[in-house]
Amino acid sequence: MVTIVLTVVAWGLCENPAHGQQITGQVSMEGRLFTQDALRDNLYPANVSIAIEPEFYQELNDGRQSLTVVPFFRWDEHDSERTHWDVRELDWEYFARDWELRAGVRKVFWGVTESNHLVDVINQTDLVEDLDTEAKLGQPMVNLAIIQPWGTLDLYALIGFRQRRFFGADGRPGIPFPFNSDGAKIDGGKFGWAMRWAHTAGPMDIGVSQFHGTARDPRFFIGDQPIVIADFIRSPFPSIDTQDPVIVPGYEVIDQLGVDAQLTMNGWLLKFEGINRWGQGSRFAAMTGGLEYTLGNLRSSGLDLGLLVEYSYDDRGIEALTPLEDDVFLGGRLAFNDVQTTEVLAGTVLDRTSKASFLLVEASRRLGERSTLDVRIRSFVGVPPDDVFLYGIRNDDYLQASWTLYF
Amino acid sequence: MSLNTALLSVAGHPVENGRCLSRGVISVALVIAMALAASTWAFADQRGDEIAREADRRDAGWNDMIAELEMVLRNRQGEESTRALRSRLLEVDADGDKLMIIFDRPRDVRGTAFLTYTHRSGPDDQWLFLPALKRVKRISSNNKSGPFMGSEFAYEDLASQEIEKYTYEYRRDEILDGRPTFVVERVPVDSSSGYTKHVAWYDQEEYRLAKIEFYDRKDELLKTLIYRSYQQYLEQYWRPDEMYMENHQTGKSTVLRWSEYEFQTGLTARDFDQNSLRRVR
Repeated sequence: MVTIVLTVVAWGLCENPAHGQQITGQVSMEGRLFTQDALRDNLYPANVSIAIEPEFYQELNDGRQSLTVVPFFRWDEHDSERTHWDVRELDWEYFARDWELRAGVRKVFWGVTESNHLVDVINQTDLVEDLDTEAKLGQPMVNLAIIQPWGTLDLYALIGFRQRRFFGADGRPGIPFPFNSDGAKIDGGKFGWAMRWAHTAGPMDIGVSQFHGTARDPRFFIGDQPIVIADFIRSPFPSIDTQDPVIVPGYEVIDQLGVDAQLTMNGWLLKFEGINRWGQGSRFAAMTGGLEYTLGNLRSSGLDLGLLVEYSYDDRGIEALTPLEDDVFLGGRLAFNDVQTTEVLAGTVLDRTSKASFLLVEASRRLGERSTLDVRIRSFVGVPPDDVFLYGIRNDDYLQASWTLYF
Repeated sequence: MSLNTALLSVAGHPVENGRCLSRGVISVALVIAMALAASTWAFADQRGDEIAREADRRDAGWNDMIAELEMVLRNRQGEESTRALRSRLLEVDADGDKLMIIFDRPRDVRGTAFLTYTHRSGPDDQWLFLPALKRVKRISSNNKSGPFMGSEFAYEDLASQEIEKYTYEYRRDEILDGRPTFVVERVPVDSSSGYTKHVAWYDQEEYRLAKIEFYDRKDELLKTLIYRSYQQYLEQYWRPDEMYMENHQTGKSTVLRWSEYEFQTGLTARDFDQNSLRRVR
């Protein structure tokens, strides 16, 4: 917190024209209500959390360089693992006609699909933020982008590795089996590298990527043996103290080849992401493919209805490190296009193997000119014991409301 | 049937006597009248095209432009809401303009940006940058009739108005606010447009748009757009300081104020690629 305050003060003292300097950010207050008793004893039915994320942007002298600093902090009422801070960005960028150079802590997003992000491999997931794995921890790197008529080639030298932030033992929704992240095994040195070629040709956007380094997704081990998570999910959920063999997360060195492509035609978006990964057990492949279509300005009412269907498949089946191993996602988004930018999103993920389903409803709206209200419902329906990931958190359905103020 | 052919076929008949002659004269007169009517119709059609082309020709050659925009939305009760944006435009040889719009206010959408490659024929290419996810998403440009940021301007109203996007028909001359104008009807070529037609007033002296009436899918008057306070830049290009759009069916209106116009600042296609889209502030 002191660091944040000092940074703000230091920034304010810099003499720079207002046009090239921006200090902005957001503060959000989040409340969660859990509708069912937890599988573990004495877990809380409600939770409050506050997050702050200021952003400092400075354009440097010749306008060709910029510096961005984004610290982040969250306080959580019950889960001490969820109370955390991070440097999301500490990024210096220089751009020239045929290339761009970027160095520091950054976030890079690769991909085109909505329900699953397979090719997005550079940043570690900040899982305590939300189950949807979209929040990421900053990654230190040096990135050179070469920009030519045949596309953009991004080269990355990734410096340092960050472990995944997991929910604490007292967290809801929690991790469905007990493990000790303090004893994590991390293979590989401090460096990794990645590259991606991206190109747009008419209605097609395509990207091919390669990553080499420590995997951001851990497997779980007892000693040197990777475990099959399904073997360790039990009900009633055992308390941590009686756990005998110590399960730890293990981050292994992998090579991953990724392809992402989108075809945009006549209002239809056709999307695909596929990966091949070596190094985490035997080689495996995974893919996500789907369609998106928007019915715009329905009956001249101004409303837009977006429809989305995606299918995800993972070779590893029950050993997959993701719940999306044979799943269909169906979603719809209704945008009112009103002055308050009201939007409602509803989606469901259906597991074809386990028949479990996960339901998500989100509504958001601007309040006044400076803040937004976001309401979310997450619900796990009909989860059988063999759905590894969801079984342990099947009673952690929640309703969340958050109010965010922008400055 | 051309005028020449018509005259020849009449002339081919032998002139017998007075009765034949008068029939002949009537036939000729009829044909001439039809031909004149037909060519007046063609003339009006061409005239509309000519006006649009002249307006476009007078506005060509600015190469690149940046400007700041402020939109004030007002509802029937008089309550207001403000939007702030910046726009960048690039003229492209033999194709439509490239456009980038960066949102500044409201603050929750700050940093979001749109990139459009307008094409003279076929759909435009469009990308959206989402700053929270650091994601560039390609979107469909089909949905152009919906409200832009909740205002009374639709996406298609703010898009680059390439002449190939409409067919034109000249209607009449008219005095508007003390100035002589041409009134031209424009019909959008793209079927996903929200309008059956526009009626556009171009001033005769400088070929600037003064007013446009928009007719909805039921062919009823939906909105009127008025251009105000034109200023001239680089001794050639006219740009309005203000655009006022009123929706007659809902009673809502939007004022769009342009400022800080700058031309020929040296922008190139490189400033309108996905890498630049990611860097917007």
